[in-house]
Amino acid sequence: MSDMLIKLWNEGVLVLGIWETIYMVFISTAIAYVLGLPVGILLSVTSDDGICPIKAVNKVVGIAVNILRSIPFVILMVALLPAAKLFVGTSMGNRAMIFTLVVAAAPYIARMVESSIKEVDKGVIEAAQAMGTSSFGIIRKVLIPEAAPSLIVGAVISTVTILGYSAMAGTIAGGGLGKIAIIFGYQRSEYDIIWICMLLTIVIVEIIQEVGMRIALKTDKRIK
Amino acid sequence: MIQLKNLTKTFHTPAGDICALKNIDLTVNDGEIFGIIGLSGAGKSTLVRCINLLERPTEGCVIIDGEDITKVPQKRLLEVRRSIGMIFQGFNLLAQRNVISNICYPLEIAGVKKAEARARAAELLELVGLSDRAKAYPAQLSGGQKQRVAIARALATNPKYLLCDEATSALDPNTTQSILSLLKQINRDMGVTIIVITHEMKVIDSICDRVAVIDKSMIAECGKVSDVFVNPKSDIARELILPKTKVTERVEGKKMLRIIFDGEESKMPVISNLVISSGVAVNIMFADTKDIDGKAYGQMLLQIPDGDRCLERVVAYLDSINLKYSEEV
Repeated sequence: MSDMLIKLWNEGVLVLGIWETIYMVFISTAIAYVLGLPVGILLSVTSDDGICPIKAVNKVVGIAVNILRSIPFVILMVALLPAAKLFVGTSMGNRAMIFTLVVAAAPYIARMVESSIKEVDKGVIEAAQAMGTSSFGIIRKVLIPEAAPSLIVGAVISTVTILGYSAMAGTIAGGGLGKIAIIFGYQRSEYDIIWICMLLTIVIVEIIQEVGMRIALKTDKRIK
Repeated sequence: MIQLKNLTKTFHTPAGDICALKNIDLTVNDGEIFGIIGLSGAGKSTLVRCINLLERPTEGCVIIDGEDITKVPQKRLLEVRRSIGMIFQGFNLLAQRNVISNICYPLEIAGVKKAEARARAAELLELVGLSDRAKAYPAQLSGGQKQRVAIARALATNPKYLLCDEATSALDPNTTQSILSLLKQINRDMGVTIIVITHEMKVIDSICDRVAVIDKSMIAECGKVSDVFVNPKSDIARELILPKTKVTERVEGKKMLRIIFDGEESKMPVISNLVISSGVAVNIMFADTKDIDGKAYGQMLLQIPDGDRCLERVVAYLDSINLKYSEEV
């Protein structure tokens, strides 16, 4: 083990990096979900086979989501730094990074939500309509609860994707394991630091995946 | 009373317009069980969906208790739908809710208090005989049990009408019978008017009072079940009621008699008596008879042994008891 690695460990830099990564990933996933969930629902209900098809809305929102989704994250990230300064007051540090992560992840989450909602059995929706449920009632009482297990799986996948983005963002704006791997590992050719960061990331991903899937499985009443 | 007036539904598809219903006029009286039968693709599912406007008719009106619901605002339509229960071939239960909260669903929508809703749901669960499965999820139930839950759910808001869209088509014959008798019981005891969509004649004769036969988007004939059954006027009704017999071809050369039962006392052992009194050992090639209120309806194909005398004797006996028959070639 290199002296640098021991130094980073003793000074608590690695532990801080782990927490920074977890903190940024979860905060930005949560905010991105708050934005992405309604957009995803909007996309699915306004589609041709949705409960209130509105072609124009669906097209406009769909195109906006696609534009954001088609920009590679590294480019979007640097392009967003001025906007970050405008919206969150800084283009440095974790706050700026959370901003860029949210902008990148929200459209991704919207698509995930859209496909989960579209999986809900059309017959069940029809039954709810036959019972006199309003469109809003169907969203709240049928679409979201029925899609819950699938939404949770989507959230897990999104969280892991955002974790990947966060490592990239760490190189220019924020902190976390990505930054440690680049600055202390790559730039100083201390490869064991890169390996340690990788290993820690894998462990975090495994935990998110495992816990998330268990929750999804427990929520799903279809298999029992 | 439900009245459909000049109902037409056309679907606009990229491949061109598809006419699903054409000039449908139909009246369903309060308290009856009304059957709508047709082959698949005849338009019967679209027809039932027009009654609660799950499908909006292109033309015509749907009048429920004097109110044309094609002209009411959305809010009123939602209220009207709450007075019309509906069950489906695929049951359509909420998979993530257990039995009791599935039944509570329409009550939640109607703004009934939770405790009250639970009590009502428990009552209905008792009615459909599933009190012990209150906490089960739909995935843990059999098809028949799911349909019972769906029936309980459809009845939760005390609807005046119940629409059944191929409600027994996914069930085995025994379960079908038990669901049909449950529907009959609901009609009798609670006075719910029931509209049954099916492609199976047996569903119609076991519970319906009146029937409309639908073919190629139009109503081919409509009337009391016993009338339509005994004397089908349209080709489609004849096809549904009297399936063509293929056996005739295999016994070429032998004499065949088709006996028609149209309301004889069903307890009379006609064939036994025929054999005993004519002394001719007939062979039953095909039989499709049904018992409706103690009367026999249907037809039977008898193979008569060679020799004209046998045929004469059989015919003489049939004449003596006034049974209709026709000689088959």
